[in-house]
Amino acid sequence: MTPRNRFRWRVMRVLALCRWLRGGTVRALRLGAAAASSAPPSQDSVTVEVLDHLERLALVDFRDAEGVERLREAVRFAERLREVNTEGIEPLDSVLEDRCLYLREDDVTEGNCTAELLKNAREKVEEYFVAPPGNIPLPELEERDTFLKGS
Amino acid sequence: MLRASLRQISAALKEGQITPTELCQRCLALVRSTQFLNAYITVAEETALKQAEESEKRYQRGQPLGELDGIPIAVKDNFNTAGIETTCASNMLKGYISPYNATVVQKLLDQGAVLLGKTNLDEFAMGSGSTDGVFGPVRNPWSYSRQYKEKSIPRSDSEPENSNWVIAGGSSGGSAAAVSAFTCFAALGSDTGGSTRNPAAHCGVVGLKPTYGLISRHGLIPLVNSMDVPGILTRCVDDAAVVLGITTTYIFVCSMSLFRRLSQSKLNSIYPIYIFLFFSVSCHVSGSLAGHDPKDSTTVQDIFQPFALPTLTDVSKLSIGIPKEYHVPGLSSEILAVWSKAADLFKNAGAKVVEVSLPHTHYSIVCYHVLCTAEVASNMARFDGLEYGHRSDMSKSTESMYAATRREGFSDVVRGRILSGNYFLLKQNYEDYFVKAQKVRRLIANDFVKVFGSGIDILLTPITLSDAIPYVEFIKEDNRTRSTQDDILTQAANMAGLPAVNVPTALSERGLPIGLQFIGRSFQEKQLLTVAKWFEKQVQFPMIQLEEVKKHDDGVLQHQKSASFS
Repeated sequence: MTPRNRFRWRVMRVLALCRWLRGGTVRALRLGAAAASSAPPSQDSVTVEVLDHLERLALVDFRDAEGVERLREAVRFAERLREVNTEGIEPLDSVLEDRCLYLREDDVTEGNCTAELLKNAREKVEEYFVAPPGNIPLPELEERDTFLKGS
Repeated sequence: MLRASLRQISAALKEGQITPTELCQRCLALVRSTQFLNAYITVAEETALKQAEESEKRYQRGQPLGELDGIPIAVKDNFNTAGIETTCASNMLKGYISPYNATVVQKLLDQGAVLLGKTNLDEFAMGSGSTDGVFGPVRNPWSYSRQYKEKSIPRSDSEPENSNWVIAGGSSGGSAAAVSAFTCFAALGSDTGGSTRNPAAHCGVVGLKPTYGLISRHGLIPLVNSMDVPGILTRCVDDAAVVLGITTTYIFVCSMSLFRRLSQSKLNSIYPIYIFLFFSVSCHVSGSLAGHDPKDSTTVQDIFQPFALPTLTDVSKLSIGIPKEYHVPGLSSEILAVWSKAADLFKNAGAKVVEVSLPHTHYSIVCYHVLCTAEVASNMARFDGLEYGHRSDMSKSTESMYAATRREGFSDVVRGRILSGNYFLLKQNYEDYFVKAQKVRRLIANDFVKVFGSGIDILLTPITLSDAIPYVEFIKEDNRTRSTQDDILTQAANMAGLPAVNVPTALSERGLPIGLQFIGRSFQEKQLLTVAKWFEKQVQFPMIQLEEVKKHDDGVLQHQKSASFS
């Protein structure tokens, strides 16, 4: 096997392993929900807990009832996917999946543009971007300024 | 002269009938007088004039860089352009001056093109009407055409004259309007779900979506990494082929990688031959948009044969497929009639016209909706205000700063998509929605493979459900609903990564353009554009009659006469 093919084989195995693991993890998490998952969740799954969780994950807010309704509509629309039979079909990550990914030599070909990159940052000190203190979680629902408060 | 095609104006520049500076000034003047269209966000007057002057010097020396030297072009505002503000029509990137040029922009500038400015779009290219950007909606130039005004119902004196304008389509509406209004000869757009072809159809210009992986996306602010492609908008099919490229730089790049690999192998004996080839081939470096880019690993490394677009005279060997599922509910009878007429046109010319089936078409819009929002949720995560873009004053913690920045910077549409995307990517939903959508995507891509494998060369489909609707009608429904309605015929090509082109076909009863879409096989842009060019010649789509252009134009190079198709 040529080095390139060997590499490709290894990548495919790793991807397959990841996919299997991911499938396994999700199956494990849905221990109790196995029966429920077959029924379309729609309104029931878009609870305040889920909305709060989404706001934390995405770090964007729903702003108003229209925002929440938009999500419900989107979920309702996506339910139609259940009608399709995808037994034995592999997910498609990229239309170029049959090709080898381009890898270039591990040589430094560009860089040294610190000044240019810092130009667009609003707060900086010498060659550092300045961020507020980290490791502080977003406030809980009741303390946050969000539309979901009191839902 | 401003109404000429790219090829014609290039010839005029070579012959000295007009100088690049004069052309640039005329285009800039037209941009100023068509400001009511709101097609441009930023007009780079100074840099454009400088580029035009340099081009003029090259022409005087008799050494133009190519067909694009001195040609005014416009670029959609989600491509990075060094030194020029790139906003994506969003508050998040207002004031962001990019430090680099997107690869496609760099390639165009290397060819001597004159960058007039950045065009308007839907915020972050999310939308199908170019109405949702922070700089306001784009007006379709056809709203001000004589053809539309003649067919409009006369309004009472109390109503303002310009309340009946129609949308330009989206999300590359600004680019399409810029080309349609003759302010530039070609424009770059981006196509994720039809964002180049939809406005091209509404504005009566040619909109090409190349195969995924043909053109570099480096520098294009991404929406959906697995479906985005830079799109090309021009006045005729020939021009699109010129912009896409005649000779290419990829041969040069492939030579470099081959050379390196060879030097590691034991084939020392062919060194001299190889070096000879390397130098002889590298002399052909005359850029194009297509080709592998080391900065974008999703571009393919194939060696493409350079092509000049042949003029097709005999279509009898052609097999055209008409997918029956594209006759969707909601398709206007006008478009259906135009579609049937086009099929008959091919049949009468001797081509084989076959009805085909793409059974999963009904689900493709749902699939697109899920995959698009999921990838958007990921791609929009980069906007946190730290390194670039808008930054909120909140500084209690990084999380709260990010949340405040994103709350202030993103519009409802963008936030809605991010939240939907995150919902579909939740652990409990991942299999049911995201992976399921990926599986459906494979089914859709396989549909196309099956159809093309059965001997069909090109698919002919409608592209929009109706002609451009008035803005006041369009905004009655929200962005998401509109997108699901308008993208229905165009996004399947993005899901399968196939090339597609809009060819303006006829005028509707209201005097607005109707286009038809051709979908080709992967990387077969030459065949696709050849057929499109033949079709364009047959239908003789009428030129837009705009008062503003008449004022700026003396010495018109007519290239299209009436004999309309409808």
